[in-house]
Amino acid sequence: MATPRPRVKAPSKASKGEVVTIKTLISHKMESGQRKDKEGNIIPRKIINGFACTLNGNPVFSCDILPAISANPYIEFHAKVEESGEFEFTWTEDGGATYSTKSAITVS
Amino acid sequence: MHTIMKKVTGGLGILALGAGAMLAAGAAQADERKGLTTPDGHPLSKVISGYEFRIPETQALQDDDFQNPGMLWVDTGAELWDTAAGEANKSCADCHGDAADSMNEAGAHYPKWNEKAGKAVNLEQQINTCRTENQKAEAWKWESEPLLSMTSFVRHQSRGTPVAVQTDGPMTPVFEKGKELYYTRNGQLDMACANCHEDNNGNRIRSDMLSQGQSNGFPTYRLKWQKVGSLHRRFKGCMKQVRATPYKVGSDEFVALELYLAWRGVGLPVETPAVRN
Repeated sequence: MATPRPRVKAPSKASKGEVVTIKTLISHKMESGQRKDKEGNIIPRKIINGFACTLNGNPVFSCDILPAISANPYIEFHAKVEESGEFEFTWTEDGGATYSTKSAITVS
Repeated sequence: MHTIMKKVTGGLGILALGAGAMLAAGAAQADERKGLTTPDGHPLSKVISGYEFRIPETQALQDDDFQNPGMLWVDTGAELWDTAAGEANKSCADCHGDAADSMNEAGAHYPKWNEKAGKAVNLEQQINTCRTENQKAEAWKWESEPLLSMTSFVRHQSRGTPVAVQTDGPMTPVFEKGKELYYTRNGQLDMACANCHEDNNGNRIRSDMLSQGQSNGFPTYRLKWQKVGSLHRRFKGCMKQVRATPYKVGSDEFVALELYLAWRGVGLPVETPAVRN
């Protein structure tokens, strides 16, 4: 997978105070920095090193990711929702590039 | 030196005993797994998908389309399906329309006889034929991302369709060739496909569980590979493991073996993209 492709599965509707399950997956090679190419040179590390989820700018969940995590990391977590808004998901890659996607939720 | 020799021969004795016990256990374990009854003349008593040999965690990955990382390739394939390519500037969709309708069976019936080429071709080769002849585009390289994605996408449309391949008529010699390859011992370890996948499925080879080596889940997301891979890549891996010189991906030998394997798994639903370890 050349360009990392984020996918998110979050509910679009919830009742106030409900605990919802959010599933995320991003395609990424997660090059560990331990492998060597055919000439014996180390292939530089390039992994997704962090993930964060916010709702209307307020943090919901975040984590650091280390080289032992396999390719195409899948992260599932729960969030208690009190207000309507937009989840924003951001993956940070070694080198500073970020990949993000959004998902709206209506709380009634 | 003498003591070392003694140790070695002692070790061999234990190995031989172990092999005997393994065979008995294999038959018993096969009965515990869900499978299909086989037609007369089939070498297996029951056809069992590789899915049944995997641990529940791996099965769960495959069962949930969101978690299944193989779906990433299917999604990429879906985009490619609608993307115009080549001098003809046509996309797959321009001729074939909605893949959900036009490709809902195709994946279960390859390899097929191709009259024009005068030989059996598998799905990857058929996709590339379409590219070079109809789209006037360059063929995709074997195991490249676009070819893996398109193959996964097309075969995914047939998910759930029972595998059924033509083995008579012009396919007869291909089938016989595949069968011969399946039972031919190969490499420094002098092992045939059948030694593991027919005689010992359900037994452990070191820490790994041997399956029947069925092909209904390919292209498969293999945890070891950390990506989706083709059946021919898996063939190469198997041949390297018995220390043989592998045939080339896309070779007539591997296509013949692919046909024979599809016949061995007759009736199994297509699972693409399966998740295996």
